[in-house]
Amino acid sequence: MLRFLGYRLLQAFPVMLIIITGTFFMQRYVPGGPFTAEKAVTPEVLRNLNAYYHLDDPLWKQYRDYLWDLCPKAFHPEALARGLDLKQAFGIDFRPSFKYPNRTVNEIIADKLPVSLELGFYSLLFALVVGLPLGVLAAVRRNTWIDYLCSSVAMTGICVPTFVLGPLLVLLFAIHIGWFNASGWYAPIDRVLPSLTLGSVYAAYIARLARGGLLEVLSQDFIRTARAKGASEARVIFRHALRGGLLPVVSFLGPAIAGILTGSFVIETIFQIPGLGREFVNSAFNRDYTLVLGTVILYAAMIVGMNLVVDVVQVWLNPKLKFE
Amino acid sequence: MSAQAQSVPQAAEQPEQGRSPWSDAWRRLRRNRLALFGGIVIAVMLLLCLFGPLFSQSYEDQNLDLGATPPGAAHWLGTDTLGRDLFARILFGGRISILVGLVATLVALVIGVSYGAIAAFAGGKTDAVMMRIVDILYALPFAIFVILLMVFFGRNIFLLFIAIGAVEWLTMARIVRGQALSVKHMEFIEAARALGYGRRRIIFRHIIPNLLGPIIVYTTLTIPAVMLLEAFLSFLGLGVQPPMSSWGVLIKNGADTMEEFWWLLVFPGSAFSLTLFSLNFLGDGLRDALDVRAAKD
Repeated sequence: MLRFLGYRLLQAFPVMLIIITGTFFMQRYVPGGPFTAEKAVTPEVLRNLNAYYHLDDPLWKQYRDYLWDLCPKAFHPEALARGLDLKQAFGIDFRPSFKYPNRTVNEIIADKLPVSLELGFYSLLFALVVGLPLGVLAAVRRNTWIDYLCSSVAMTGICVPTFVLGPLLVLLFAIHIGWFNASGWYAPIDRVLPSLTLGSVYAAYIARLARGGLLEVLSQDFIRTARAKGASEARVIFRHALRGGLLPVVSFLGPAIAGILTGSFVIETIFQIPGLGREFVNSAFNRDYTLVLGTVILYAAMIVGMNLVVDVVQVWLNPKLKFE
Repeated sequence: MSAQAQSVPQAAEQPEQGRSPWSDAWRRLRRNRLALFGGIVIAVMLLLCLFGPLFSQSYEDQNLDLGATPPGAAHWLGTDTLGRDLFARILFGGRISILVGLVATLVALVIGVSYGAIAAFAGGKTDAVMMRIVDILYALPFAIFVILLMVFFGRNIFLLFIAIGAVEWLTMARIVRGQALSVKHMEFIEAARALGYGRRRIIFRHIIPNLLGPIIVYTTLTIPAVMLLEAFLSFLGLGVQPPMSSWGVLIKNGADTMEEFWWLLVFPGSAFSLTLFSLNFLGDGLRDALDVRAAKD
């Protein structure tokens, strides 16, 4: 187990390096730059700006410098000589933003990420609380009207995209009935509609995966054995089937959590939520090179980390994998 | 139209390929009412979008005096803020959405199937490297990738096909590889190798035909996923550009004006969701009918 973990951790480094390199060079080959949209920039000012941000250096040099800055200060000899506290030593420096003067990408992330995390947490909670029972119920009552009902509800969640569901919910519950505010992120009640909208898709996927996984397990021999031994239906489901049946849900949850937590641009746009998802896409429109890279790195690190967690949980849920 | 043209030669070939598995599958599919319903809705939607615009009001005729009118006798689903007939616009938008769905899925299909089959057949280090690449691409935030492409090459519909296809092939490659690995070790492949057939012949003539079941199923399920992506991009203003329109564009416009004109959001949204619904039900039905197990890994 430890060897497996160490191996996967080692693998994460080249993956991250490729992602950083790819993003760095891809955005540089796109025409335009962070200062092209700015009005009334004379050529001299532009030249000065480029010089100030080292954008006139050769690309490979900028790349090398960026990676060097990204590397925690604990590995910088000259910084070590100066002496560091723990936070400085192992923090990652994403550099200042191009579009927000006087703010670093670290500050922007620290500002926006908690909002996305909160929205993501509620959405995930909703998805699990609704999705799991739906899927289990549908599998246990296969091919009855209960199954059809649960499966249809799940299918609705998948087929009504967030950008349709969100505005519809706002139209119905905010504008016509008036229970909620149409947008904003102030009172606790403002969390309800966005979380429902973002969570619905994931609830639907969880329900479908749980149903499929459980059905597959329920057709296996050890379930027949358990039934033959006279175990009650509830015991068969919860003690025997559920553990293996939820494997597909677990592998889905890894990338899903990363996606949910970093926020959805659409949800944050519809409900005017100041989260990281909105920042993420806007930064690409703005060619805010450092902010794009910072958010991409954060997002990729989350996916890689979540996949690692999923691998561990999968081995724990399915001991068969240990021997493969 | 094209579906019919394709089904004729297939029917002619089937008796030689062993008829029972396919006719069994067809029988199972017919018994699945939801799947059948999905198939019928898709057929109707295809016919409407293909031929409807020939008979309906023009999708781009503006009538600024009219403005946005609610659904009524003259305009069944009402008109938008520029006085354009919403029904005609939905039909026309459907053409683009479905076209994007089909073409981008085809791109994903060709790349994914070849990639997965080659990885599985090559095995060893090649396989490991190829699948690592897929893992890395999976970890790339898709939004950035497509936004950069769209900004770089302009907002061009053909680029949209390629961009979406290039994202969606990953899952197809994984599924095909998983299936191919299990087929690869079966005896008839050994036999083919013993007969001295080349790699290419074994991959394309012996392995891929045996993967048809899962490929058909996941193609049916990729089309709605692709249409969803297109709508998502159009919603962000990065997809289909005016004067063309797609369901995503219509939904975006509807969401912007929903406080006054609810029908502009509700009808395009319903058309879109209904189509996705039907495609997914059909895909699920096919999966049960062809008895495809979800390929893990």
